[in-house]
Amino acid sequence: MPVNNENWKPTIVAFCCNWCSYAGADLAGSSRLAYPADVKIIKVPCSCRVNPMFILRAFEKGADGVILCGCHPGDCHYSTGNYYARRRMTLLFSMLDYLGIEEGRTRVEWVSAAEGVKFSETMNSFVEKVRTLGPSVRLGDLRCKN
Amino acid sequence: MQELIHRAKSLLESGEVSRVLGWKKGENVFDVEPAFFATAEELENFVYNGFCGANLSKYMIEASTWEGKTLVFLKPCDTYSFNQLCKEHRIDREKAYIIGVGCKGKLKAEKLGAENILDVQGAGYPDCSDTLKVTTLYGEQEVAYKDAMLERCHVCKGKEHQVYDELIGESVDTCDADRFAEVAKIEAMSPEEKFAFFQAELSKCIRCNACRNVCPACSCRKCIFDSTKFDSNQKANTTSFEEKMFHIIRAFHVAGRCTDCGECSRVCPQGIPLHLFNRKFIKDINNLYGEYQAGVDIDAKAPLTSFRTDDAEPGVGRG
Repeated sequence: MPVNNENWKPTIVAFCCNWCSYAGADLAGSSRLAYPADVKIIKVPCSCRVNPMFILRAFEKGADGVILCGCHPGDCHYSTGNYYARRRMTLLFSMLDYLGIEEGRTRVEWVSAAEGVKFSETMNSFVEKVRTLGPSVRLGDLRCKN
Repeated sequence: MQELIHRAKSLLESGEVSRVLGWKKGENVFDVEPAFFATAEELENFVYNGFCGANLSKYMIEASTWEGKTLVFLKPCDTYSFNQLCKEHRIDREKAYIIGVGCKGKLKAEKLGAENILDVQGAGYPDCSDTLKVTTLYGEQEVAYKDAMLERCHVCKGKEHQVYDELIGESVDTCDADRFAEVAKIEAMSPEEKFAFFQAELSKCIRCNACRNVCPACSCRKCIFDSTKFDSNQKANTTSFEEKMFHIIRAFHVAGRCTDCGECSRVCPQGIPLHLFNRKFIKDINNLYGEYQAGVDIDAKAPLTSFRTDDAEPGVGRG
């Protein structure tokens, strides 16, 4: 859906794992690297804590894009959590694509605690992508929005 | 059918089994329903015919908690579900005496209506014939057996029982279509077409939960969709995301455990092709993580509870 209003700001939900990506976001902050204020970070113990329902609920409640950040595969604080998350998200994203949801509203990115730059770049590019897609209509549910 | 009743009676009389789990005659010929039989007299109502599509494995969860063994009749496709539930420790294999029954494809009453055969009063089940003779109010009519079959029988996984104590009856191979052809057709559509297709199908959903209740894999004691704290747990009269959410989550909860028994599509009162969700997950799992058929190998690792370090990254192959 093309958006004419240039002032429209997307709502982005970012699930960040406690050990890598959340610390990465911290580093981006303390390094004064800018990323859009539209990104709302939700800290989770591990990327595999994220149930597919969390992502669908975020969309239902009005998110325009959802991104999941975790430790790089192999670097999980709990050894293997992100491997499971990877399989789940692969299947979920494939299912959303199958249902005709625009590609680009969901993303998984592995960001370590040392990658403040990558965090800021990822968020900038993701927000830009969602901005071009416009508000999420297909995944919203009026009853769930405030 | 007489052979099945005879065998069930002798097992009941010998005391080897305490009850029989089978199918019971309904009001109409196509209204066959699952039932427990405790005595030889009750078995007079036992029936096994083309309308016995119901998968009885799920009832074994409850029967496993009862005293004594239960004699259960399973079609080849039902044995996958039985195995899967054994693997999940929901069914006690020791509590079941399994008679594997032959299957030549099961019928869908609605398909007779689609063939313009109405007011069905009876149907003959010729064992080696390709035509189904249907008695209706307006006389006898014939229909090709294949035209009245359930969708799942056209993509049958095979007529070999995965688990049984004894086998009775012959099977006929009914597979004549590619299991993933429908899924591939949808995958090839544009996002707008896909969305329109699923919107049209899923807006029919009345949230009766029949698909959840019949699904052998959907046997959690507590279900997320029974929660009253969930602000979209009821059907809304809008084109909301709610019914899609329900079906995505339901399919996801059974991903890697779904044996593709097709019960969800069979029982849907609105005729929604719900198997398309499960089959999409099965197709993806087969493509990405190697061929996997739930219910074949009890000791195999399920695809979503295992991983490889070189798995595909999410989003690969999209768009």
